[in-house]
Amino acid sequence: MNFKSTIGFEVHFELKTKSKIFSPSPVSYGAKPNTETNVIDWGMPGVLPYVNKDVYRLGIMVALATHSHILPTTHFDRKNYYYPDSPKAYQITQFFQPLARDGYVEIEVHGKKKRIGIHEMHIEEDAGKNTHGTNGFSYVDLNRQGVPLLEVVSEPEISDPDEGYAYLEKLRKIVQFTGASDVKMEEGSMRVDTNISIRPAGQKELGTKVEMKNLNSFEHVRKSLAYEEKRQAQVLLSGGRVQISTRRFDEATGKTVLERVKEGDADYRYFPEPDIAPDHISDEWIEEIKSSLPRSAEERYNQYVNEFGLKEYDANVLLQTKESSDFFDKTVAAGADPQLAANWMNTQVNGYLNDNRVELADIKLTPENLAAMIKLIKDGTISSKIAKKVFAETIANGTDPKKYVEDQGMVQLSDTSVLEPMVKEVVDNNPQSVEDFKNGKDRAIGFLVGQIMKQTRGKANPKVINQLLNDELQKR
Amino acid sequence: MNYLNEDIDSLNEKLAQGTLSADKLAQDTVENIKKTDEKLNAWITVQEDAKPDEDLDFANNKLAGIPIAIKDNIITKDVKTTAASHILDNYIPVYDATVIDRLKKAHVTFVGKTNMDEFAMGSSTEHSYFGATHNPWDFDKVPGGSSGGSAAAVAAGQVVAALGSDTGGSIRQPSAFNGIFGIKPTYGRVSRWGLIAFASSLDEIGVMSKRAKTSAQVLNVIAGADDHDSTLSTRAVPDFTEYIGKDVKGLRVAVVKEYMDAVDGEMHEVIQKQIDVLKDAGAIINEVSLPLTKYVVPDYYIIASSEASSNLQRFDGIRYGYRAEDAKNLLDVYVKSRSEGFGEEVQRRILLGSFALSAGSYDRFFRQASKVRTLICNDFDKIFADNDVIVGPTTTTPAFNIGSEISDPIKMYNNDILTISANLAGIPAASVPAGLVDGMPVGLQVMAKRFDEGSIFQVADFIERNNKFYEKTPAGMED
Amino acid sequence: MEITEETIKHVAGLSRLEIDEKEIGKVTEQMSSIINMADQLSEVDTEGVEETVQVVDRDTVFREDKPEHWETREELMKNVPEQANGFIKVPVIINKDEDE
Ligand SMILES: [Mg+2]
Ligand SMILES: [Zn+2]
Repeated sequence: MNFKSTIGFEVHFELKTKSKIFSPSPVSYGAKPNTETNVIDWGMPGVLPYVNKDVYRLGIMVALATHSHILPTTHFDRKNYYYPDSPKAYQITQFFQPLARDGYVEIEVHGKKKRIGIHEMHIEEDAGKNTHGTNGFSYVDLNRQGVPLLEVVSEPEISDPDEGYAYLEKLRKIVQFTGASDVKMEEGSMRVDTNISIRPAGQKELGTKVEMKNLNSFEHVRKSLAYEEKRQAQVLLSGGRVQISTRRFDEATGKTVLERVKEGDADYRYFPEPDIAPDHISDEWIEEIKSSLPRSAEERYNQYVNEFGLKEYDANVLLQTKESSDFFDKTVAAGADPQLAANWMNTQVNGYLNDNRVELADIKLTPENLAAMIKLIKDGTISSKIAKKVFAETIANGTDPKKYVEDQGMVQLSDTSVLEPMVKEVVDNNPQSVEDFKNGKDRAIGFLVGQIMKQTRGKANPKVINQLLNDELQKR
Repeated sequence: MNYLNEDIDSLNEKLAQGTLSADKLAQDTVENIKKTDEKLNAWITVQEDAKPDEDLDFANNKLAGIPIAIKDNIITKDVKTTAASHILDNYIPVYDATVIDRLKKAHVTFVGKTNMDEFAMGSSTEHSYFGATHNPWDFDKVPGGSSGGSAAAVAAGQVVAALGSDTGGSIRQPSAFNGIFGIKPTYGRVSRWGLIAFASSLDEIGVMSKRAKTSAQVLNVIAGADDHDSTLSTRAVPDFTEYIGKDVKGLRVAVVKEYMDAVDGEMHEVIQKQIDVLKDAGAIINEVSLPLTKYVVPDYYIIASSEASSNLQRFDGIRYGYRAEDAKNLLDVYVKSRSEGFGEEVQRRILLGSFALSAGSYDRFFRQASKVRTLICNDFDKIFADNDVIVGPTTTTPAFNIGSEISDPIKMYNNDILTISANLAGIPAASVPAGLVDGMPVGLQVMAKRFDEGSIFQVADFIERNNKFYEKTPAGMED
Repeated sequence: MEITEETIKHVAGLSRLEIDEKEIGKVTEQMSSIINMADQLSEVDTEGVEETVQVVDRDTVFREDKPEHWETREELMKNVPEQANGFIKVPVIINKDEDE
């Protein structure tokens, strides 16, 4: 029997705001437990939520970037459930009237393009964190309570694990390039829940859904879905029934493990949040946000490859993060040659980041300085060898390359009236090399260039010396 | 000292003239509360070390140094706030409600927190972890509720003004039962920041006092926009004392047939007499109908209990409040702390609310109630298109005996039939003393369109000047 | 409508309240009469009527995204029944199926 899979995703993105969604507590990572909290985050008696405008702004950016229909009126709702990390014992979310509906992202798998529908997306508050001790106690930190989340719910239109992988990659890239979220799975700013059901080919109604929550990486998503496809098929083929359940992916074995069986849907007693008035999202505001929307990765890719003539590989490396692509764009905007800028970004800059375990935002190199250095190379002021020294200085200390080159006397020697006598002298002093050259030994020129470089302490323009040496040797 | 014959103006005069010091006023107030409260039990916390602020400007600030009572569901920093519940009986807040913040800026003197029905759920102040409050007119009677402590404290002359809260009549019904004035302002007029939520879409903080003007003076201070409550209106707040001392000529007064039908005998007569006074003074009386009146009790109990079931989930024994001692695991912490911490009536409302919101019940109960609420709002809009105020009885009977209704929740719930609609529609409403029935006070309810508290003060003050009820002393307070 | 003991037990579970086995009959009876009082609303024709869930006079009320520090951790911890190293301490969850 042949089976068809139906895969869906609920992806949570932490939205990048400075303060929480309903309270002004700062949003920060790694703070001491319960220090970035206030009476609202604690759900103290008598407190009220107050909506952070930027949460909507960032949510709308993602809605626009996924072609979603933004609802003119949204309203928050309460989802009631008890857990120690949920201080009010309800989550303020959007259930009846979410931020946006009916969007899509386009994926390409095995050379085929496909549109995956986005059912809806809503904004909501994150919960705190529980740490389970081994002594029979749990420890609650409410710093994360109230961090804004955007939950993106796909349509069940994904039919295999590879498509699922591609959907997540694409969605991540889209959100990343709006700048609305850091989209880092390892830091929890992107969290993936997936569900999968299978049914015999030809059958219309969907099979029983199995959920897998908080997967660690896209690769785990792919592996766990692939495992579930097989496992569920075996269950059905052996005459069994798939249980409505939540399963966990076990990294060590590559298998999924049953966590709990659900008996029907949870009763969250959703109802409209009476402490927050409805929010009307005006067309003017949507237009304003649209006009400030950063260019998508796709647009940038097309420009890099078609206009700048970069290799696909180079373009993709630049587009790995919005930060690196932004840096590159600014470097080009500051007058750098795109190809040289891409080379420097993808080799020297990335190398430096990796060696020092830092990010672009942490270093002193500016796009303006990188562009200035590239211009010095391009117009022959410095050699690429000197450039490496200049780069090391600029990236470490933020020094202006032009000033540095001048101060250090690094300007390249290209003046033929200065170089010509030196060339004559070096040829005069090395008759053996003249001999070798005549005998067709290429190395001869290299040796002579080296001599001149030694004399000029590397500042001579290699191109010019090569030309002059050639001319001189021909004459002999 | 007591305030049976005082108000803010009269106390301010003594303070300004120097015949009374604010310190002495504070001390005397506390002493009198301690002396008289043995019979009343109107207070949960008395601040025995109550001290007025320094350098008070009595000439320009009438509230300076005036002792005020605060219902114990309003958050006061560093002063125990319990909502009359075991689950919060040791709770010391770390912030102030907006109304407290504003009263502090007005330099009133805080003397303590008043008794109430637990979490404001009740109409008799019998549902308090700290025991029932007694009515100063007859200690065997209830003071009404849930702001029964505040009402009894004012009626007994322990303070000249008290803050209460009103979700379905909790200011107006006890005001009626105790023969004082009490106003529930428009929803969105007074910040709810720091009011322990019962039903968020209905709750409103208001003021209770013997004289309407006193409440106007306090409301002037506590009303208006606040950065902590996004459901609060940003409209300008008028000076409510400007509505004091006016006549009622030409005022269009609606009398609701269903409300008048709900009272009979002597009670009907007393209310009708107040209406006739308005008529004789030149008000235009129009009989109107609110045909949905019989549905307001079920409508209210679904909506209020649903919201309450969610609002009260935060009391889980984890971060503050009572935690059951023998809780071995997390579920125990929740279930035992809540089952031991909440009283019977609170648990009943939580069960009703959870039921109304649960899968399979939502449409038939919560959604239907929200739709009926729309119809109720529409009916008021229609009446206020042609009328300035609605007047009628505040309650169907005077205060009942302690213990007489507590075992019959439905009977208890029906006490609120005349007051609930104002909360559902968010309109302002007040109760002003109308007279005595069998020696117990009854109240005239005055309602107005949203944000028109002014007309309510105008009518209440007119009635008050006419019947001079404020000159009467509760039977239990006569020495 | 008929309200069963099962329904009341389910609702009590959702509410994290426990009803004494000896009391369940009485509680069910009382809740049943309250629920049936509430159910009178079914008589009202609400065909095509919008819902009113709040009566506020403004909408779209936003706060600017400015972080502020209010209370200190020490203040917030003041009422915590059990704490350790700046964390709120609670017994660990033993029943896995936390949602109903
Ligand atoms: Mg979800
Ligand atoms: Zn979510």
